[in-house]
Order: sequence, then C-alpha cells, then structure tokens
Amino acid sequence: MTSREDWWYDEAAGPLVRPYAMVRGRTRPNAPDLHLVTQVRASSFASDQTSLTVEHREIMSLCARPLSVAEVAAYLDVPLVVVKVLLSDLIERGDVLVQTSTPQIPDRDLLQAVLDGVRGI
Amino acid sequence: MVFVGSDDQLTVPTAVKIVIAGGFGTGKTTMVASVSEIAPLRTEELLTEAGVHVDDLVGIEGKDTTTVALDFGRITINTKVVLYLFGTPGQNRFWFMWDELATGAIGAVVLVDTRRLDSSFPSIDFFEHRGIPFIVAVNCFDGSQLYTVDEVRHALDLDEAIPVLLCDARDRESSKAVLVGLIQHSMNRLAAV
Ligand SMILES: Nc1nc2c(ncn2[C@@H]2O[C@H](COP(=O)(O)OP(=O)(O)O)[C@@H](O)[C@H]2O)c(=O)[nH]1
Ligand SMILES: [Mg+2]
Repeated sequence: MTSREDWWYDEAAGPLVRPYAMVRGRTRPNAPDLHLVTQVRASSFASDQTSLTVEHREIMSLCARPLSVAEVAAYLDVPLVVVKVLLSDLIERGDVLVQTSTPQIPDRDLLQAVLDGVRGI
Repeated sequence: MVFVGSDDQLTVPTAVKIVIAGGFGTGKTTMVASVSEIAPLRTEELLTEAGVHVDDLVGIEGKDTTTVALDFGRITINTKVVLYLFGTPGQNRFWFMWDELATGAIGAVVLVDTRRLDSSFPSIDFFEHRGIPFIVAVNCFDGSQLYTVDEVRHALDLDEAIPVLLCDARDRESSKAVLVGLIQHSMNRLAAV
C-alpha cells in the first residue's frame, strides 16, 4: 500500500489536488443526507460501469455488502467530504442504494438487541 | 425504512453508534480496538487552516486544508443491526465533529485517567449540556487507581444517576462490560421519560 502522504501531501501540487481532481470541485445539489453511519450498498441492478472512474468502481465493489459512509471513506483512504460526492454520483445513477433517514436515537427494542449482541461477542 | 432505489431493501442494516470520548491519551482508541471486530479504521474530515469545517469542495481549490481524524470500529450485532464505535477527536476543537457523532447515538462512554481527571471535563460538559446519555469509565492504567469510584464521582461533580465504572481499556471483557453499562443506562433513561 502507498502511504497517504504519497498522494495527499504532494509538495508541488498542494495538499488538495487528488481529492479535488477526483470530484472536480463539484457540489452535490440533489445529494441525500450522508452521515457517518449511513448505510450504502451497491444495487444488484447496477448500470454499465465503463464510464465510471476507478474510485467509483472501487466503491461499487466495496459496497457489494452494506457499509457505512465512514467505512467506505476509510477503505478508499479519502476524506469524508470526497467520498460523499463520489457516493452521491453513484446514488444519482441508481447504482448505490442508501438509507435516507438521519440517525435516530434507538428505541427500546433496538437497544435490547444491541445489548444482547454486545453481550454475545 | 426508506431507500432510494428499490431492490432488496431488507439487506441494508440499521446502524447505531456509541461515542467513546475523553481527554487525550485516556484510552479511547484502545477501547475501540479491544471490542471491534475489525482493526480500527480511520477516516478524515477536512478543515481549512482557520479550523472551519469543509463540507463542500467548491471554491476550496488551492486553499490550505488540514484534517481531523476519527478512529472507529464495528460490531455486527446481527444481520439487521450494526453498531459503530467512534473515538472522538481532540476536545475544544472540532466540536462540529462531536455534533455529528452525537446525533442519534445510543450514548457516550467518557474515559477518564485518574492521574489527569481534568482532561475529561470538556467531554462531560459536552454530553451533559446536550442531554446525551453517558457513563464515566475510569481507565485503570497500571497501578494508577488513585481514587475510589466515589472520589471520582465527587471530583467530576457527577450527578448520582451517572454510572461510574472501573475498566481496563485493553481488555475486551472489561470494555464489553463498559458498553453493556452504557446501553443499560440508555435503556433506563428511556424508561424514565
Ligand atoms: N497501562 C495501560 N495503558 C493503556 C491503557 N489504555 C490505553 N493505554 C495506553 O495509553 C496510550 C494512549 O491510549 P489511546 O487509546 O491511544 O488513547 P486515546 O488518545 O484516548 O485514543 C497508548 O499507548 C495505550 O497503549 C490501560 O488500560 N492501561
Ligand atoms: Mg486515539
């Protein structure tokens, strides 16, 4: 693995070049709310991926199983703000499915499930 | 739950989270590592040099940025529920990250080191002011259990209702017991309202 300094702190180009280039400075006008733990998953009906960038394709293969936005960012080794733009592209194409709700405080049944689960590990 | 898209929605689990807070070096990353099913992951948020959160890449080309790192781990509860454990970034800065972490959280574990009790004051203030359930876990660094639970409670000026537990963040069973303590505390709080 290349260390993140290899591309991140490129002296000549400045610190933001790679992530900026990856998203070309685009904003996310119609993007869903993506939080740290928002679950995303590749659709089993994903469209043709030949037009996608390497990073988009990497996300598609990571998300073959459900993952949080934070996990995708960590595995891709890019800042959260960048992964959110890339994920938004894929969501817009219908290639990635996403939970649209903001994180909710768990109710009693969910807390009980988490309690049992933690006890069981 | 609502999804954008339509195919097999049931296979996306519900995510819940617990925040592991406390001063620098109190054992937050150690605790995440000891209970997580994966080696702790690290993710980064961008800040401008002035410390302002970058939430949009438009217009920041060429501006100097810095990053704030979050360590986190994961416990798959079952096929429908996944728990994430987030260690907080430095106190006193990065409060925008704390707000994001705390939103919808089960609650927080505030780790304290009795050699430097005051280093965890800002964490306690944060969760108290926002009404987020939290417990205090005293990380017993070797031979440094200087105070009893009651003395810690008094020194931190904690409400009687806030559980204070002793732990060893390096120990999986001990860290599990802390998480169990927090979840039970959150359930009690839920029952009380
Ligand atoms: N002796 C001892 N050392 C610990 C314990 N918990 C953490 N440490 C060590 O204390 C240092 C800081 O821990 P770390 O988890 O990185 O703290 P953080 O800054 O809160 O994330 C590391 O070198 C750990 O190995 C503990 O319970 N006992
Ligand atoms: Mg740490």
